[in-house]
Amino acid sequence: MSETHAQTVGFTRNDMLPPLPPPVTERGAIKWLRENLFSTPLNIALTLFGIAVIYLLLQSALPWWLNSVWNAESLSQCREIVAANAGPDASGACWAMIRERWHQFLFGFYPPEEWWRPVLAFGLLFAALAPVLYSGQKRSLTILLCGVLAYLVLTLYLAGASGVVFALALLLVLGMLGLAQVQPGKLLWFTLLYPALTFWLLWGGSIWSPIVAMAGFAVLYGVFRLASPLIGLAPAAGAGVVAAVLWWLYIDVPVVEMLQSALPFSIPAIASDQFGGFLLAIVIGVTGISFSLPIGILLALGRQSDMLIVKWLSVGFIEFIRGVPLITLLFTASLLLQYFLPPGTNFDIILRVIILVTLFAAAYLAEVIRGGLAALPSGQYEAADALGLDYWRAQRLIILPQALKISIPAIVSTFIGLFKDTTLVAFVGLMDPLKGVTQIVRADIDWKGIYWEPYIFVGAIFFLICFGMSRYSMYLERKLKTDHR
Amino acid sequence: MTMATDSPKDGFRLSMLIYDTRYRSYTIQIVVLILFALAVAWLLNNTVQNLAARGKEFNFGFLWQRAGYDIGQQLIPYNNDDNHFRALLIGLLNTLVVAVLGCIFATILGVIVGVLRLSGNWLVSRLMTVYVEMFRNVPLLLWILLSYVILSEVTPQPRDFRVTDEMIAAGEEPAASMMFFDTVAVTNRGTNIPSALFERGLGTLDLGFMSLNLDFWAILAVIVASIYVNRRIVHSARATQEATGVRPVTWWKSILVLFGPVIALIVAMGFHLEIPELKGFNFQGGILVAHSFTALLIALTLYTAAFIAEIVRAGIQAISRGQSEAAFALGLRPNRTMSLIILPQALRVIIPPLISQYLNLTKNTSLGIAVSYLDLRGTLGGITLNQTGRELECMLLMMLIYLSISLMISAVMNMYNNSVQLKAR
Repeated sequence: MSETHAQTVGFTRNDMLPPLPPPVTERGAIKWLRENLFSTPLNIALTLFGIAVIYLLLQSALPWWLNSVWNAESLSQCREIVAANAGPDASGACWAMIRERWHQFLFGFYPPEEWWRPVLAFGLLFAALAPVLYSGQKRSLTILLCGVLAYLVLTLYLAGASGVVFALALLLVLGMLGLAQVQPGKLLWFTLLYPALTFWLLWGGSIWSPIVAMAGFAVLYGVFRLASPLIGLAPAAGAGVVAAVLWWLYIDVPVVEMLQSALPFSIPAIASDQFGGFLLAIVIGVTGISFSLPIGILLALGRQSDMLIVKWLSVGFIEFIRGVPLITLLFTASLLLQYFLPPGTNFDIILRVIILVTLFAAAYLAEVIRGGLAALPSGQYEAADALGLDYWRAQRLIILPQALKISIPAIVSTFIGLFKDTTLVAFVGLMDPLKGVTQIVRADIDWKGIYWEPYIFVGAIFFLICFGMSRYSMYLERKLKTDHR
Repeated sequence: MTMATDSPKDGFRLSMLIYDTRYRSYTIQIVVLILFALAVAWLLNNTVQNLAARGKEFNFGFLWQRAGYDIGQQLIPYNNDDNHFRALLIGLLNTLVVAVLGCIFATILGVIVGVLRLSGNWLVSRLMTVYVEMFRNVPLLLWILLSYVILSEVTPQPRDFRVTDEMIAAGEEPAASMMFFDTVAVTNRGTNIPSALFERGLGTLDLGFMSLNLDFWAILAVIVASIYVNRRIVHSARATQEATGVRPVTWWKSILVLFGPVIALIVAMGFHLEIPELKGFNFQGGILVAHSFTALLIALTLYTAAFIAEIVRAGIQAISRGQSEAAFALGLRPNRTMSLIILPQALRVIIPPLISQYLNLTKNTSLGIAVSYLDLRGTLGGITLNQTGRELECMLLMMLIYLSISLMISAVMNMYNNSVQLKAR
């Protein structure tokens, strides 16, 4: 039977057919479109809705953007140019305002001949941050420092800095570059000195005041080292703090005056009311960020502490600060501090604002870090105890590194919040980029009635900085990730 | 023979206060307490001295003096002859109304955006990402100022709405027209919306220290009663279901009970809308909503919604796929899966950060000062403070009020949170 069957079959294929390509709807762009945009009726509706939104946005914004005017004296002149180029009904952006007033957005009323100082301080900020951001990664360090070098060469030239400054700044960064190749860890010393240097660069005055103020820390350390063999660690640390405070209260000023009269060296002093724009925002933001983290850690540890009084004081402080708006705290800085401090004391408004902003951010950070501490399995605490570590060693070596790692995203978003909140200083009369400077510009008769351009400009800079911070936190999270998922 | 773990038998030495772990924590606490008490005493002493030097005294009597300033937006009657305390209440109500409306709108928008960001639609999820990143990374103050400026400089003037006989004859349209079936007019002076009026209203009840609007309270009472009756209906339906396995149909009863009495009451009181009309140079009738309020509400809603969207997204992503697969395996339909399996678990993740967003929004209403919105900060901390020169009292009172609002919100939301949290055994 089978034989006859085989003979009746006229044709048998001997080799395999080549595989057909997938149907046209199952490959390439069409498949992607079908899957991602038009898979269900709801999805089709959503896609159409999305296209409509994009179309509306482009229809109103694109001509405005394309008709931008960069060279004009006033808003009315801008409008004339737009009308001449694109017809009477066309709308056009007037970026000429930014071109005329960019310096107020960046520096406020900082004197033009001193612009090199904030520019230099900003560049060195990244040099100081480099060892913190990329600890021990020689390649990233080198790239960042080279970037700083290029930035400084360009901006110092544009700001018209003198040759001495130019040479000193370049020497400093080149020195750091060299050090980064040999001993990257040593770069942290520059980070420690940076606050004093920046303070002197920005506010000016005698060079001796930051040096003598930093000497207070040397006094603290010296007293601690001398006294610790005699009276033990904790009392020695207390004695050091007392000595440093005494130094700052009573010895600081006469020593500065003496040194200044012996070796006069100073740059023009700039008053706080001349600060403004992003210079002000970055000064407040960076100082607040760097001081709020340690305070926040201490508050979080205090809140988790077994000591009832410490715990309740921390809880009270955190809940109070978190319960009131930042504006009320800023008003406290500007209106109430004169009641709380001894009669006749009056200190710089920027400093007051920085203190309040720092405390505000510290309270939020404390809660964030407490979350990280609570997320650690209790086995970690018990293991630290089992190893015989004392409280501070256990925190420093075992608990905090893990707790901080867990809370990195939340810490960075608190930092972003702090930086955005620096705009609120406008309410106590400081000239922030958003309200202060923009209102000055909009009050000018030439630019009266302009609104999209300044807000877009300021918003874009804020966006860049905040977005960069959040991207860095993602990078850090990836770098520190130790689980194997 | 003594064991190594025995406590030392010799007497108490002073150094044990520092080196003996049994005493050290007490030493530290006492030192901290003393330092804290010293600091408080120092601050109080300074304050007393400063007050004396300025010839001021610390009391809240100024609250009962005549305020003498007008407030544009008032939810309860107020005029400039009322005292500062009344002005404070108006400001507090203005703060609360923005906060409550902002929380509601931000939650709705945030949930929509958060869900859309997770949707499989590439275009829409990208658009939502752009929205979220744009609003999260730019200060709130910018959104407030920008919306205020746009509202007050781009919107037409009232005279643009005028239709004259010549224009009708020439067949021209006016430069601007009202929205929503000619009931809402957005001008550069504010937004005119219709107001609800009652022909046969119940009037007001004067209690001496305050007057009650009976219409409002009657409607509120009816709504509360309807909700209570509806809950009873649902409860009995559930009891029937548990007893017999068959759930009686209740949806039409619920609709009837929830909406019937309110509509009946409103119709009985002769409800009608008073629509704003252009008379002379401005709109008359209806309610004029100031742009400061609208701008603040829009900005707070858009800004907070971006944060809420991220919270919702994180909450939904935190639920593992196995949960919905298990629900499908049990034969639950998608919407039952959402309401019975996914949402109850996602809410546990969502609620705590949502609470802090509500708190943030409430505190951020104080930025209304940027657009001269007279909230608590604008009345008590602004005009009252400047008029009376009582910085200390005004600021302390204001902080106290904000603090109590925050603590109340977090207490209420924590109660809700506890009710949805996993009951660990």
